[in-house]
Amino acid sequence: MTSQNPVTASSARSSHTASAFARGKAFIPFITCGDPDLQTSAALVRSFAQAGADLIELGIPFSDPTAEGVTIQDANLRALSAGTTTDKVFELVHDLREGTNGPAVDIPLAFMTYANVVFSYGTERFCAAAEEAGIDAIILPDVPFEEKGDFDAIARQHGIDLVSLIAPTSNERIRMIAAEAAGFVYCVSSLGVTGTRDAITTDIGSMVELVREATDAPVAVGFGISTPEQAAQMARLSDGAIVGSAIVKLIAEHGRDAVGPASELVCAMAQAVHDI
Amino acid sequence: MTNPQGRFGVHGGQYIPETLMNAVIELEQAYERFKDDPDFNAELNQMLNDYAGRPSRLYFAERMTQDLGGARVYLKREDLNHTGAHKINNVVGQMLLARRMGKTRVIAETGAGQHGVATATVAALMGMECVVYMGTEDMERQALNVYRMRLLGAEVRGVASGTGTLKDAVSETFREWTNRIEDTHYVLGSVMGPHPFPTIVRDFQAVISREIREQCLAAEGKLPDAVIACVGGGSNAIGAFYHFIGDKDVALIGCEAAGRGIDTWETAATMNTGRIGIFHGMKSYFCQDEFGQIAPVYSISAGLDYPGIGPEHAALSDAGRASYVPVTDEEAVQAFEYLSRTEGIIPAIESAHALAHAIELAPKMRPDQVIVVNLSGRGDKDVAAIARYRGEDLHD
Repeated sequence: MTSQNPVTASSARSSHTASAFARGKAFIPFITCGDPDLQTSAALVRSFAQAGADLIELGIPFSDPTAEGVTIQDANLRALSAGTTTDKVFELVHDLREGTNGPAVDIPLAFMTYANVVFSYGTERFCAAAEEAGIDAIILPDVPFEEKGDFDAIARQHGIDLVSLIAPTSNERIRMIAAEAAGFVYCVSSLGVTGTRDAITTDIGSMVELVREATDAPVAVGFGISTPEQAAQMARLSDGAIVGSAIVKLIAEHGRDAVGPASELVCAMAQAVHDI
Repeated sequence: MTNPQGRFGVHGGQYIPETLMNAVIELEQAYERFKDDPDFNAELNQMLNDYAGRPSRLYFAERMTQDLGGARVYLKREDLNHTGAHKINNVVGQMLLARRMGKTRVIAETGAGQHGVATATVAALMGMECVVYMGTEDMERQALNVYRMRLLGAEVRGVASGTGTLKDAVSETFREWTNRIEDTHYVLGSVMGPHPFPTIVRDFQAVISREIREQCLAAEGKLPDAVIACVGGGSNAIGAFYHFIGDKDVALIGCEAAGRGIDTWETAATMNTGRIGIFHGMKSYFCQDEFGQIAPVYSISAGLDYPGIGPEHAALSDAGRASYVPVTDEEAVQAFEYLSRTEGIIPAIESAHALAHAIELAPKMRPDQVIVVNLSGRGDKDVAAIARYRGEDLHD
């Protein structure tokens, strides 16, 4: 993944992942693949891309998602009950990139899953399949800076960014983490697990400032964002907003008919973020 | 077996969300500071002796030995500790550490309820707030322990997600920890999870093998030929093994819960049916499917009903230093009944897994050889469940 652009200082800027931030603030929606089934997931991704999403996080379901609140835990279980496997998620991404059964999706796509899903598949085999399918980045919430060696080098060899997370408790760790960031930095807005929150009280501005001192990789804020107003507020303080649970709630409510209501929310959020 | 990164061979590590990293680093620093501190150790030893009732006895099971007609069988009576199991050794240590770290609230997971009861007990003694997470399935199996914890002033929160057992309770306690770290210490109950927990819990449980060593030398003039312990996460087993790891002639045998058999899906025998993976903060062996989904394990014993095993056990197995054998529900229940009848001791159903293997092994050994079984807990909590297993309509 050597850059053709000689003026690009950091590999983070040159990756396809970071192109999500090239037009300004980025809006990043999340879904769990296979919830309620893979056809609906494909339709959701296509509609989100059309609705203005700049990057989409695709969750590969895991039986015991320890960083998730109840909403996304349930989505993982629904997806697994529907027979979703890692191989079927690779096929989904492949079809989305190739334009099989619908328009091709060109925006960056990131996998969000847990260490064991990648490790047990074989990290090399997983990254090769992800590259082949057309994945740009991987987010592993249970792999902190100290353990990323298992995954980082192999992902890099396949042109995939292993996205680093920072949290409200990271403090002096932020500089160290950001200095090695690939793609973008995922700023966890609040303590606790994923899920919608009425208010985000963390000083996001200071966290973002610390990241920017160490890298020119963009920073996107996630966890707890449920309204277009909150998304705009977080994007104003950073380079983008990530929304999961608020979208997954609509999918839980509407099942196979979720494309309309979910893309409506994504459209409103993307607009709020892009209008900044 | 450990190194500075918290690895045991290839196992161990710190696979946890970034939100918790400074918490485990703070814990590691506190432990490094206090583990050799004379005041800390004086307080720890005093509490272990005066409050928990240590040292626990090494009891020669004469009738069992005669009946089996082979090796001399000793029982390490961890069941006689306050709260009825080895769990208190670790809880006292971690709670003293938590207090020195300025924490005022503790959270814990529990399977059979023994670790939850021990944590609630020491929290009551130290005047700390205590919340225990327990799978809803286990709350039903171990209703008496739920009441005990509440009696001791702890809040018990049921975990209905997943299989409603120990694995889910661990996940939920980690989730709660990410929610509230500042004033809260997670008293992890076994030699598992992210570094430094496997090392800290092992060190606090190592008192078991330190005592066995002295007591066996005093009674027999030699070290045991085999030390046998049950293994879920593996804390009583590592405690019983630790000071014998360098003694190659002492066989170290862990007994896993095979449930209805290792050739069925209803098993929790990690070493015998699992493969290497990353879960609950550590690299180790786990029961999982081909895509790394954690398997819904089963055992009659709520304390052994866990799909993983501590990383030091995984490394001891890789190195061939310890062996891990499966024991079924039926074998464990028979051993539970056998010890009750033969020695007048009702063992925890967890410990009965270790006894079952001793019953099989002793007759194959010479009368001058010595087996030590770690009797990790007492069986009062299990009586109703065993009665139901035997078809009697008995409830707590």
